[in-house]
Amino acid sequence: MTNNEVPQGGFAEAGADLELVGISKRFPGFTAIEELDLTIPAGSFFALLGPSGCGKTTTLRLIAGLEEPTTGRILIGGRDVTATKAYQRPVNTVFQSYALFPNMTIMENVAFGLKRRGIKNADSLAHEALQLVELDHLAARKPKQLSGGQQQRVALARAVVNRPALLLLDEPLGALDLKLRRQMQVELKDIQSEVGLTFLHVTHDQEEAMTMADTVAVMNKGRIEQMGAPQDLYELPKTAFVAKFLGQSNLFTGDVVTTAKSSIVVDAHGTRIEVPTDRAQLHNGRITVGVRPEKVTLHDSAPKADSSRNVIGPGRITDVSFSGVSTQYEVTVPHHGAISVFAQNTSISTLHRDGDQVWLSWSVGHTFGLADEAEAEPVSRFHADLDTSMIAVQSRKDLEAELEEA
Amino acid sequence: MAFTAFSGTAQAAEPAVRKRSPIALLLLLPGMFYLILFFVTPFFSLIITSLQEPDPLLFGEFNNAFNWQNYVIVIETYWEQGLRSIGFAALATLFALLIGYPLAYFIAITLRPFPLLQALGLVLVIAPFFISFLLRTLAWKQIFATEGPVAGILSSVGILEPGTAITGTAFSVVFGLTYNFIPFMVLPIYSILATFDLRLIEAGNDLYGSPATTFRTVTLPLSAVGVISGTLLTFIPAVGDYINASRDFLGSADTTMIGNVIEANFLVLSNFPAAAALSLLLMALILVLVGFYVKRSGTEDLL
Repeated sequence: MTNNEVPQGGFAEAGADLELVGISKRFPGFTAIEELDLTIPAGSFFALLGPSGCGKTTTLRLIAGLEEPTTGRILIGGRDVTATKAYQRPVNTVFQSYALFPNMTIMENVAFGLKRRGIKNADSLAHEALQLVELDHLAARKPKQLSGGQQQRVALARAVVNRPALLLLDEPLGALDLKLRRQMQVELKDIQSEVGLTFLHVTHDQEEAMTMADTVAVMNKGRIEQMGAPQDLYELPKTAFVAKFLGQSNLFTGDVVTTAKSSIVVDAHGTRIEVPTDRAQLHNGRITVGVRPEKVTLHDSAPKADSSRNVIGPGRITDVSFSGVSTQYEVTVPHHGAISVFAQNTSISTLHRDGDQVWLSWSVGHTFGLADEAEAEPVSRFHADLDTSMIAVQSRKDLEAELEEA
Repeated sequence: MAFTAFSGTAQAAEPAVRKRSPIALLLLLPGMFYLILFFVTPFFSLIITSLQEPDPLLFGEFNNAFNWQNYVIVIETYWEQGLRSIGFAALATLFALLIGYPLAYFIAITLRPFPLLQALGLVLVIAPFFISFLLRTLAWKQIFATEGPVAGILSSVGILEPGTAITGTAFSVVFGLTYNFIPFMVLPIYSILATFDLRLIEAGNDLYGSPATTFRTVTLPLSAVGVISGTLLTFIPAVGDYINASRDFLGSADTTMIGNVIEANFLVLSNFPAAAALSLLLMALILVLVGFYVKRSGTEDLL
């Protein structure tokens, strides 16, 4: 394929690997992504998870070719596509805003990509894709006549019908209500395993990322903090950001006082907290350790010394919120602040009341040690890029890009 | 699959707001009065005038009659000026579109991230209106004059024979019409493109549409309403225009348009029935052309 061609004919046999090498993206005034390296293996369902403004949507737009990286290379299926335009890349996007063409029918919308590539039986393929999202009976309608959920599914069909090597999903379920979102999650997962494409899903919804993706990368401030299977990320977060963004965590900071072969002990304000060595990122100095709220058990009296459990207390319950299957307690322990506990409501007698004095314990094996400190709020990693010549260069580039489009 | 539960819930037809209240009619009264006084009455007066016959005794006096031959006579006499009007107006509309669309696109889309420049661009489009239409057209007459700068440059590079006039030609009239009506083309297109969702261009590019294809299949169809309003706002007044084609401005005897003929019959020849018949024919012609055009472009809601 030469540089100026739209990929013609044929579909991707299977998903393709995506490789980002040293990608940076600077906008006038700020840096969205800094030195990002990422490899997404073919056929996987990969979620990029992060708060708004973390650079995840920019990453997606770079891959789609809607933005140009300041530095770095993008490879799809081993081929360098950095210099190619969006319409030349074997990539399709499901846009957060749907971006359906209002002047075309649903059918024409779905067949758009196929027709641009000169695929012969575009109409029958488009009908198949619409059947997949169960909207074939609305093929003759205009997007305006459909509900938000239906438009969402059309946007999905319009991208999937092209069988792209890589499908990008930009918060595709954001506008749907909870029930429809659940259904779409299942549906997306089905489509992905059925057609074997590589999916890159960008979302700020940690639950969505964890239920759908094989691999989740947690992104913060233009950098990937941690990447792995959802359960691994949850059970063993490596940074304070991941520990707090993905579910909840109780974090304690202190100095390492004992280092043994299998575990290390941290002294946090006089409380000894033991962490298995292989679950701690750092093994000496001042470190932060933590535990998930559902791993913590409440006790009415000081529990008997047990080398396999960490104990904190006594503290006082300051908040109880009952949610049916479980109850969330806030326990305030002197020097440690508020600690969250999720308790399963297995029997009525386990209920504790606001103001009760309690002790907390959890298994040493559930403790994790982080690579950074929780208290110190990380200072912005990027210097504001406010240099006027930088802004001028960027505006000029934007202008040129617009003119080219025109 | 569980999608079926959600299909078919889309058509929430907007309930038509139809309430008749005496206040609405009251508010309409001034407008109705205005239209009856200044449109309906002159319109009928024009019809009556167009059918009058000359007084057998007094020159320049006309009596009411049903002299429909007036229409046949004016068509026979002035068909050439009529065709020329349509041709000139169509050319001016085409050029105004070719210049106006990119200009509107530039202001509405390219300058969108810079609101100040965008406002400046719009002001520049409207700025000529601050100077009288007549003065601007006269200024072009000076610029195009035989001793003027344009003729000077063109003859010095050998494109134009020295002493050749630019004014008084079809070129200068179409140029004047184009120049004067460009803002009427730019503004409606701008107003459509100003709210155009740029993400649709991204979606087009993402779906293998090159910039040109995306423009043809997405941007242009979605700005068609602006293009149609712009062409109508340019074409209709341009057909009846009599300033640019007048020999006092950019025209000559060879460029007379229907507006000049009507003017001459009313003000110079005092042939009121002929002028009235021409006016009505022009009105009918524009209605037919515009109706056909709007029908063809599939946007009947404009009418």
